[in-house]
Amino acid sequence: MLNRRIFLKSGGLALVAGGFLPNVFVRMASGATPASRRVLVAIFQRGAVDGLNVVVPYAEKAYYDARPSIAIPRPGSGENAALDLDGFFGLHPSLSPVLPLFKDGSAAFVHAVGSPDATRSHFDAQDFMESGTPGVKSTTDGFLSRAVSGKKVTKSSPLRALAVSASLPRILSGSAGAVSMTNVVDFGIRGGASSASASDSFEAMYADAVAGTLQGTARDSFEAVRILKSSEASKIGPQNGAEYPKGPFGNSLKQIAQLIKADVGMEVAFTDVGGWDTHAGEGGVNGQLSNRLRDYGQAIAAFTKDLGSRMADVTLVTMSEFGRTVRENGNRGTDHGHANVMLLAGGGVKGGKVHGKWPGLESGQLYENRDVAVTTDFRDVFAEILSRRLGVPDLGPVFPGYAIEEKKRLGIIAA
Amino acid sequence: MVTARKATRFLSSVLLVTSTAGSAPAFSPSSAAGAGSVSASRAERDKALHALNRLTFGPRPGDVDRVLEMGLARWIGSQLKPETIADSPMAARLRDLPTLAMSSKEIFNVYEKPFREARRQRRLLARSAAMSEVAAGTEDLREREERDRIPPEKRPRRVIEELSTARVLKAVYSERQLNEVLVDFWMNHFNVYAAKGLDRVFITSFERDVVRPRIWGRFEDLLVATAKSPAMLFYLDNAQSVSERENRPLSRRATFFGRGAGADASMLDPAPPVRPKGGLNENYARELMELHTLGVDGGYTQKDVTELARVLTGWSIERDGGGTFVFRARVHDAEVKTVLGRTFPAGGGIEEGEEMIRRLARHPGTARHIALRLAERLVADAPPAALVDRVAKTFLATDGDLRQTVRALVESPEFFDRASYRAKVKSPFEYVVSAIRATGAETDAGIPLLRQIAQMGEPLYLCQPPTGYSDAASAWVNTGALVARLNFALALSANKLPGTSVDVAHLISPADAADPRRSLDALARVLIAGDLTPETRATIAKQLESRTAPADDPSANTQVPLISGLILGSPEFQKQ
Repeated sequence: MLNRRIFLKSGGLALVAGGFLPNVFVRMASGATPASRRVLVAIFQRGAVDGLNVVVPYAEKAYYDARPSIAIPRPGSGENAALDLDGFFGLHPSLSPVLPLFKDGSAAFVHAVGSPDATRSHFDAQDFMESGTPGVKSTTDGFLSRAVSGKKVTKSSPLRALAVSASLPRILSGSAGAVSMTNVVDFGIRGGASSASASDSFEAMYADAVAGTLQGTARDSFEAVRILKSSEASKIGPQNGAEYPKGPFGNSLKQIAQLIKADVGMEVAFTDVGGWDTHAGEGGVNGQLSNRLRDYGQAIAAFTKDLGSRMADVTLVTMSEFGRTVRENGNRGTDHGHANVMLLAGGGVKGGKVHGKWPGLESGQLYENRDVAVTTDFRDVFAEILSRRLGVPDLGPVFPGYAIEEKKRLGIIAA
Repeated sequence: MVTARKATRFLSSVLLVTSTAGSAPAFSPSSAAGAGSVSASRAERDKALHALNRLTFGPRPGDVDRVLEMGLARWIGSQLKPETIADSPMAARLRDLPTLAMSSKEIFNVYEKPFREARRQRRLLARSAAMSEVAAGTEDLREREERDRIPPEKRPRRVIEELSTARVLKAVYSERQLNEVLVDFWMNHFNVYAAKGLDRVFITSFERDVVRPRIWGRFEDLLVATAKSPAMLFYLDNAQSVSERENRPLSRRATFFGRGAGADASMLDPAPPVRPKGGLNENYARELMELHTLGVDGGYTQKDVTELARVLTGWSIERDGGGTFVFRARVHDAEVKTVLGRTFPAGGGIEEGEEMIRRLARHPGTARHIALRLAERLVADAPPAALVDRVAKTFLATDGDLRQTVRALVESPEFFDRASYRAKVKSPFEYVVSAIRATGAETDAGIPLLRQIAQMGEPLYLCQPPTGYSDAASAWVNTGALVARLNFALALSANKLPGTSVDVAHLISPADAADPRRSLDALARVLIAGDLTPETRATIAKQLESRTAPADDPSANTQVPLISGLILGSPEFQKQ
């Protein structure tokens, strides 16, 4: 009865099916080509990455004064030095795979960006950044969920908002019904010969269950299982010679790329990557941060290579809950700070530029005399992406209590 | 394919069965139908079942009867005094887990040293051959262990695996069930991410020597013990938090100039790298107030965090491989400090931190926070405010006596409020353990089972943020996790989980097992005390109808494992 097959054909979806079709396929199969769908890929660097050692303000003397043992040397000062971006900022050498993207104009950074809330608690700051309401703890849903819910689409997939993570992140919780999974291949009911019937039974049981968290989750689950199976996303390997680094982050991005290429109707994808809370042994050119950045940069470079021209539809953006102290601490590390840096790549990004107003690192310029000051609210970055790339019509409900003003427009995304 | 006529006929028979089972609305324990030797009213059975759902990792076959036989109040009383409950068979089950009894120093020597030696060798090699990629360290622990050809039984990861196995075994088989529930609660409250560097060496002792012995005593003692535990000192970086140099005791400054007391990941290395000078680290001070005591809205400021961090400077770990607590007076901030209105004059030492931690433990904000966390765990995701207030009062009135605090919660009228029966979604750990207990399965709680828990989103000992796992279902019930739960239910019932053996057919009588419909009702009684909604029951019954017996044995009912899998995967079994 539930016999459906989908073939991938010339980048789009063609449906060959007999009998009953779930309406999502009907919706997907007709109308505009799915390839025209735009996708936002949001990456959360949990633990507060040290933005000052990612995009290094090498022209600032204060940077070197504050970090005697962990500063990244100025470009041209030897083999292990910052990679120049614009004469003022340089890239951590471990991010060399990302440099070509910046140079060819397909990637940009925003510096001194962050949340206006002063908290230095990972938990609170992540919560505020994901809820999109800094300082307000009572917000129950995530801003990307609100953004997706507010998008008017005639056809929507249960996979329109998807997280590759073990649990549904705060940023996607809410009425968008986002799906989370760690492994696209294994996603489905496995009960040997009884798989199909057991799956149907579970689906019926949960459909009848008392309305609530379980019921809603189950409804999304079973529809998502069907679409994924039909799309054969897990069989689409990396293309254009892309090689993802081994490890969870590379694996997450590889799977997001598979889902984009399989046209399962995904509009927002989210994943996170940890290991940035470098209180000790952060190091400079070598050390913990360097190791994390190498993996991170290789994965992002592989992702853009894998998607190739499809990146025109995809906007990738990274965020982290706050930056780290300008001064290094006693353990070749840094403590919780304030403003940070975001990376943007792909469709619509005005690349080759470090955006944002640089506040400076001299003592009078620091936030609370210790951290990089926030000159760009992270909500303004997302506002531009969401309205210009994803066609979210009204940002009011996405960022309640925050006025998105045209005059504050950063010009990060081409109109 | 089920024809319409057949389905109608079948459904009417289902309705008939349901109606004979009692005037059961949804969620009625129809166990009355299969009542055991004890004749108890349905309300009494429901209460006993609810108590078992919340104060244990789920009832085993016959547990409701056993509780009723003993008397519910007496049973609860005994669970509140686990030391009075005989539990000797546990020792045999834990026999093959040598790390459980080892000191941190022994664990370091056996499991950490070979790994570190291999790493040292590799680095030497990398330096000479410029194998930058090998030295990059982007691979995870598992890959490094495998590449360095460390035998599985000697890998650092083994320590966390054995501890996880032990935790699952105790949750499944210990008679001291409430004790295990509360160990889970407190280990989560004082979360330590065991994969952070040396914490994999310290975590065993943390649970065994710090948390377990104190969860029935005073909160203050538990809090101080965690504050002095190497596991927490390392996890939240206090071990390496030292005073700004100008604030150190004068006499010492010259001697230790340029040498901090940092305990970084390499602190036990034979040849540690150059030690950097010291600095203040606020991580523990912040989480101590935000998570362990006052709560995130506890009324402290950033200034309090910094001052508390200064108070705790010098609280560190001995660099002797054993990871014992040490107070390094020479790097303690000896200047004036003020935390939450308490001013410490210059020249103080370890007693400042001890006093502050005890003050925090006795703070009314802490009483409320702990009462709330316990109520979230044992009563409801959003517990009634009146209950939290009452429990907080008990906490304050008894000097933070945790036995009295838990007793106040469990003996409250809110605990037995019908609205909370099967109203809380089980955490992944609770779900897996409750299914194993319900089916009477025999498990070694090895890696395959641990992996199941991890796939549901909450691997044991591996919660990275200090918050621990959330108690609110909405935080972690999600699509991937739900699919993992359903697959676990099917695999367990079909006896397809390596290391775990179960025979669900033997849970019911041969006569019941031979007939699909009778086996459904019998299994529902055994596995979930009959708490299936009519809708769920009808769905499973329909599934049975649509399947045919194997041709070679038309009378065989091969569906018992599937029925069990569907019951264990049902929305009803996800809840406690």
